[in-house]
Amino acid sequence: MPPIIEVEDLHKHFGDNHAVDGVSFTVEQGSVLGLLGPNGAGKTTTVRMLATLLSPDGGTARVAGHDVVRESNAVRSTIGLTGQYAAVDEKLTGKENLWMVARLLGMTKDGASYRAEELLERFELSDAADRPVSTYSGGMRRRADLAVSLVGRPKVLFLDEPTTGLDPSSRLSLWEITRELVGEGTTVLLTTQYLEEADELADRIVVIDHGAVIAEGTSEELKNDMGGRSLVVEVHDLDQLELATELLTRCEDCAVPTMDRQRHTVSLPVEDDTGIAARAISILAEGEVDIADFHLERPSLDDVFLSLTSSGTLPAGSDTSTATEDR
Amino acid sequence: MSTETTTAAPTTGPIPDLRMKRPGGLAALFYDGAITSWRNLVVLPRTPELLFFTLVQPVMFVVLFNYVFGGAIEGSLPPGVPYAQFLIPGILVQTIVFGSAATSVGLAEDLSKGIVDRFRSLPITRSAVLVGRIVADTVRLTLVALVMLVVGVLVGFRFEGGLLAGVMMVVTAVSFGWAMSWILANIGLRVKDPETAQTAGFVWLFPLSFVSSVFTPVATMPGWLQPIARNNPVTLVANLLRGLAVGHVQAAMVWPVLAWIVGITVVFAPMAVRRYRTV
Repeated sequence: MPPIIEVEDLHKHFGDNHAVDGVSFTVEQGSVLGLLGPNGAGKTTTVRMLATLLSPDGGTARVAGHDVVRESNAVRSTIGLTGQYAAVDEKLTGKENLWMVARLLGMTKDGASYRAEELLERFELSDAADRPVSTYSGGMRRRADLAVSLVGRPKVLFLDEPTTGLDPSSRLSLWEITRELVGEGTTVLLTTQYLEEADELADRIVVIDHGAVIAEGTSEELKNDMGGRSLVVEVHDLDQLELATELLTRCEDCAVPTMDRQRHTVSLPVEDDTGIAARAISILAEGEVDIADFHLERPSLDDVFLSLTSSGTLPAGSDTSTATEDR
Repeated sequence: MSTETTTAAPTTGPIPDLRMKRPGGLAALFYDGAITSWRNLVVLPRTPELLFFTLVQPVMFVVLFNYVFGGAIEGSLPPGVPYAQFLIPGILVQTIVFGSAATSVGLAEDLSKGIVDRFRSLPITRSAVLVGRIVADTVRLTLVALVMLVVGVLVGFRFEGGLLAGVMMVVTAVSFGWAMSWILANIGLRVKDPETAQTAGFVWLFPLSFVSSVFTPVATMPGWLQPIARNNPVTLVANLLRGLAVGHVQAAMVWPVLAWIVGITVVFAPMAVRRYRTV
């Protein structure tokens, strides 16, 4: 079976800004693809082109076999879209929002009411069905938005940063719903700022930065590509941390170190070369860094991300609150 | 349509027809337009600021202007013409013109909140949101016009030209408001933020509606302002409505108004549709 989403050399520029600059990837039916990248990397622009909201300046994209430009209406019949902000009408009730979309899709009045009730129940919104969405909590709005995008039973679901700004329990419940949908055969394309989210949900991850794909694979593959372990050095205070990071940044054979202000640690990818690790420790010792602890660690997706993106900064709102030194 | 949504879904019993069968061709535009218009109209009673501008402001304007300024301005009118007879047709145009500002705010709101994206990701007519907005706003303007005329009659306005002329007054005023809505739609689609849309809408509607014969005869204005006021489309519409109210209408009053309504629509409606397709 051909991939349900095929993206080939997609381009989009806004003036001089090449938001998407030659992105290619495919998504297999029934799988979850995580599109990962820092703010402004081109994730949302890519999704907007796939969802027919924006026409590409170059390249092609097909969703469920339909070209997003020439057969945009056929594409729209097979997709559901949940945007960065909840795109439901705040003044309408939850039920009215669902009913309206069901009617627009061509269901009868009774059919639309039935479908609305069905989705409200599934997303635990039945009690709030007749309240305007403006009275909903953030998590309820996001569930309502997801429910609206599922009215037409889409084959492909675009989740554009579905949990940004949600509290942890709402996020978990959204993850659960996403897994259920995938279990029913829905293909999901997820963009996210949260590395943890991609790690949890995505079968495959495409990392993009400056509008181009810079890495692709399963979360495990990406971690393995990092060549294994990192040296993690813990120090006593922030001054020491900055000193340690600076020393390691100047180390010529070393990779880019990552500083974690909360844990007071700096980590350095060392491949499987314990010699580099030993050198790093001695550089720190010579620089009179007061080392509290050190150990070797398997890389997290954060490390992968940081080493891949040229900017060297984590996507905003990343859970681990790490940050590299500004260079 | 609003009653149908509140009827409980048949949670027990047979599952209704859930197939998705959309009408084709031009019927699709009417179908989608009806649903999106419903969406805008059903929230009208729930939106206090719109309700205020629709029902309360017109009443306040009629009462305030008639009783506060009436005594002073009546002297500049031909003898025997009560101020209410002069004011009501004028204030009708002014209120309708102000009312059309809601079109830009509504569209900017839908754009900034991602509602337009939602509709455009559905397999429906491209311009559904735009059509729904304009239709709903026209219905609302008609409501405004009827409220004003009822209050007008209470303060002394009379349909001397008969009921048909009264109906034509409403049709003319609302048609002009409809044309204005297309201009405001362009503003809403360009600024994309409700607060800016509100300001950008009103900032020119104020001089447009006040530098006219809406509240005072043009002859009372300074000489340099008179040509502007006299040729202002708001004045032309107000004068036609006054003619209809007393039953004296000449072709020379009708053609300019018709030309403005058609002209504005021909220029701004396609512009709004094009703009909407690319936002």
